[in-house]
Amino acid sequence: MQPMADVASSWAQAGAVLTVQRWMVVIGGLLLASLAVLLLCLQFGATSFGMGTVVTSIARLLRGDEAGSSSLATSEIIMVQIRFPRVLMGFLVGASLAAVGVTLQALLRNPLADPYVLGVSSGSALGVSVAILFGIGSTFMLLPVLPLFGFAGALLALVLIYRLAQSKGRLPVHSLLLAGVILNAILTAFIMFITSIMEPNRSAGLMAWLMGSLTAPGYPALGVFLIYVVFVLGILMNKAQSLNVLTLGEETARSLGVETEGVKKQLFVLTALLTGAIVSVSGMIGFVGMVVPHAVRLLIGSDHRLLLPASALVGGMFLSLADTIARTIMAPAEIPVGIVTALAGGPFFLYLLLWRKDRML
Amino acid sequence: MTTGQIEVTHSRLFAGSPAIEVLGLAFQYRTSEGRGRMWTLDHLSFHVDTGEILGIVGPNGSGKTSLLKVLSGLLPAGEGDVRLGGLSLRTRSQTDIARVVAVVPQEYAQVFPFTVAETVLMGRFPHRTTRWWSLGIGDETANDLACAHQSMVDTDVLSLADRLVSDLSGGERQRVMIARALAQEPKILLLDEPTAFLDINHQIEICSLIERLRAERRLTVVLVSHDLNVASQYCDRVLMLKDGALCRIGSPEETIRPDVLRMVYGCDVVVDAHPQTGRPRVTMPMTGVLQ
Repeated sequence: MQPMADVASSWAQAGAVLTVQRWMVVIGGLLLASLAVLLLCLQFGATSFGMGTVVTSIARLLRGDEAGSSSLATSEIIMVQIRFPRVLMGFLVGASLAAVGVTLQALLRNPLADPYVLGVSSGSALGVSVAILFGIGSTFMLLPVLPLFGFAGALLALVLIYRLAQSKGRLPVHSLLLAGVILNAILTAFIMFITSIMEPNRSAGLMAWLMGSLTAPGYPALGVFLIYVVFVLGILMNKAQSLNVLTLGEETARSLGVETEGVKKQLFVLTALLTGAIVSVSGMIGFVGMVVPHAVRLLIGSDHRLLLPASALVGGMFLSLADTIARTIMAPAEIPVGIVTALAGGPFFLYLLLWRKDRML
Repeated sequence: MTTGQIEVTHSRLFAGSPAIEVLGLAFQYRTSEGRGRMWTLDHLSFHVDTGEILGIVGPNGSGKTSLLKVLSGLLPAGEGDVRLGGLSLRTRSQTDIARVVAVVPQEYAQVFPFTVAETVLMGRFPHRTTRWWSLGIGDETANDLACAHQSMVDTDVLSLADRLVSDLSGGERQRVMIARALAQEPKILLLDEPTAFLDINHQIEICSLIERLRAERRLTVVLVSHDLNVASQYCDRVLMLKDGALCRIGSPEETIRPDVLRMVYGCDVVVDAHPQTGRPRVTMPMTGVLQ
């Protein structure tokens, strides 16, 4: 058996399958690139700073010099209190969106699946809007209410879309997209209804949030979000091999010993949890979940053990850059980052739908 | 029905423990109309010996694919029992079953760019040893790689190892799917229409591959086929289904006969002997217009 294993490793090493070494190289490279992108994004904003300010601010932060102490320069206050948490938040949101996209695409066996396109984000946004309409605060008895409402809305939308698009155990690509479009329209109508019966000053804030915008959170909130995202991503990573097998088709996956019903339910809940959290902090940011996994898949292949973390890192970089554009292009005013991602992702989506039919559909 | 019972007794006497035993198996799909509908599979009893190739034929909607799904545990038996190597399917988990039975589905459409090697390695899923802290990276053991390698050698797809499955031709893809099934190291191979949608050269290729695998790996093979000639030429025995009931089971000479085919399919066909093997060969008769 031993010489056989040696022969086998010839194609295993040649890049035909995922090896530990390849995983390390790709993820290591992307981590370095992420660091570079974060440093770049920290420099730009309504006022731009040099790399020196960025580095000294980070050094202060790491040393534990709390922002607000008199020794800090204005530039460092902006950096520590506003820009640093905002850029990190953008990275986390982008990473989560890409991870949700990868999971949904494998689950629905559809490379065009995306929480935004399928109406999952709308469901989540409706949940959050309802909570805001009834004036339920951001926490109720220490429970994060908005993410919970977002989670409920996302889960409802996901289950609905799955039921609507499924016929005879299959998920035809076009019926899935069609069901997504219609569900999206209905949910958006409900959201519009809610904003229309709100007082104008409150509804304006809601509208800006709906368009997808990032804000600078406080450090405790950022920390909670970070732990939450890492935790959910970790569980998703553990399902990566099941995701691989699920792409063979549900019945084949079952014949290979995947408990498809259980795995599907877990994945629905996990993606809804992540979507609820993302939408409650950043509204509806579109197309990151579709464009990023797609591009990454073209570059590194489909094995979800690598695709999932790589897409998360690239998604983080993508949204950080998009947010930097949103912050600077009309400076000192800001545009919602959702506009930037939609303008970049929409045409890409059309390209896939219209010109890549032979491969993707 | 009686034929099936006789066959079971026969096997006990001469062949020892059969690979597959089907005892009074009945199945119906659950529908909103409730009970009282016809059985999709109507109390079948038969067996398949180790190393045998059994062909399942019958008209559209006669329950061929449903039978295959029950044999692989994808659909639960409603009544009766299916035993693999003497053990009832009811007592086995899907992973347990996957270590014994491999299924090659009728069609396979992969929308994501997976390589051939990655796809074949997925066949090792029921044998994997998961370590949660590694997040599944590097879980493939030397044995997994060796199995996948041997499967690719046996099906002649090794040269395609780093190609994308979506770029392959129909015949190549079918061989990859068989390689993936072989990587499970099964004792029983179930194939649903393995030659459908293939050109004649690829049909021959797949059929001789199945014969060779049976000989080399002592696999028990059950295949569903539309093509009566494939069943006649390559199967040791043929099982005929009509409306979910077992109509006839036996050697091709016993089953592929004009009178049986008229009973099952309701039409007249020409059956003569294959010039090389002497096995029955089915051809369409001249139609009325031409006569």
